[in-house]
Amino acid sequence: MSEIKKFCYLNRTAPYGTVYAWESLEVVLIGAAFDQDCSLVFVDDGVYQLIKGQDTTDLGIKNFSPTYSALGDYDIKKIYVEKESLEARGLTLDDLQHLVWEDEDEDWAERDSIILVTKDELAKVIDEQDVVLSF
Amino acid sequence: MSTLHTVNKSSYDRNTLETCVSLTTKGSEVILIEDGVYSAVKAGNKASLIANAMGDVNFYVLGPDLKARGLNESQLIDGIKVVGYSDFVELSVKNDKVSSWL
Amino acid sequence: MKFSIQVNEGPYTHEASVSALNFIKAALEAGHEVFRVFFYHDGVNNGTRYTSPPQDDINIANTWSQLAKDNNIDLVVCVAAAQRRGIVDEGEAERNGKDGNNIADGFRISGLGQLIEAGIESDRLVVFGD
Repeated sequence: MSEIKKFCYLNRTAPYGTVYAWESLEVVLIGAAFDQDCSLVFVDDGVYQLIKGQDTTDLGIKNFSPTYSALGDYDIKKIYVEKESLEARGLTLDDLQHLVWEDEDEDWAERDSIILVTKDELAKVIDEQDVVLSF
Repeated sequence: MSTLHTVNKSSYDRNTLETCVSLTTKGSEVILIEDGVYSAVKAGNKASLIANAMGDVNFYVLGPDLKARGLNESQLIDGIKVVGYSDFVELSVKNDKVSSWL
Repeated sequence: MKFSIQVNEGPYTHEASVSALNFIKAALEAGHEVFRVFFYHDGVNNGTRYTSPPQDDINIANTWSQLAKDNNIDLVVCVAAAQRRGIVDEGEAERNGKDGNNIADGFRISGLGQLIEAGIESDRLVVFGD
């Protein structure tokens, strides 16, 4: 069996203004089937992707934000959100969706998927990755 | 793990370089390509983004992109290395991975 | 080393395709292998055979086709992104009731799994985009 690689999905763009947020999520969902060690990173305007309560009805386009809450079912447990990016934008964790995964080793207890990191901590996370996919 | 970071936008247009530099660890390398080369001009008021980071990070500028834009080496921040595509490839081999900041 | 490349933008509007082509040429000249080029987002637009750029400029689609042919490189256009943007091969035309197809020589349409596989199988994945 070939060695498992650490895959990092790097998100820096806001949703809807461009397609990158949605199309990168599509890669994550497909990528989950390959049993690699996946991390999602949200930095700069990427943090806007996770804001709760998105409603695209008046735009007439698909609201893909519910997909983030399904990431736990795809075994995505590491969603890094940069603290400085949130603060610069006047946001806190409370503004974001509450994303969880279920820990089968702990009787399916819900665990938070979002890991708030400082830029220095995030720099180390990115350094440890084997493959970085950017969108 | 060593990383080669690529930045393809001018720091006068996007904050890509700023974010990239803030997320590099000591020993990383950054190559400016496409419109990213403008950030390397020493007379620009964002030149300090690179100058201040040069102690910990190696910076490179892709020569063909510089030339295409009518810029020359003498205009660049001291210590920044101009490289060709074959060097770009070598840098991606020498480091453990490439992280493109888009 | 084995390289794979991801191209996120279409020809001409962004420099991404040209940067990717030049990088690949240099990698091949240095004796490296290019396993796959995966075209995503508007990058799928590199795969149409219907471009007619001016004679005095690079013909990006043809350059891809020739490069793939000369070096046995796998050019993959993402099916989901292609469906959204109208890049179609014979199979897709039939499946989706289209009256023609426009895929360029040397390109094939396939799923996102090909990108993940490229990341797993290659020593280096380099992304060119916006």
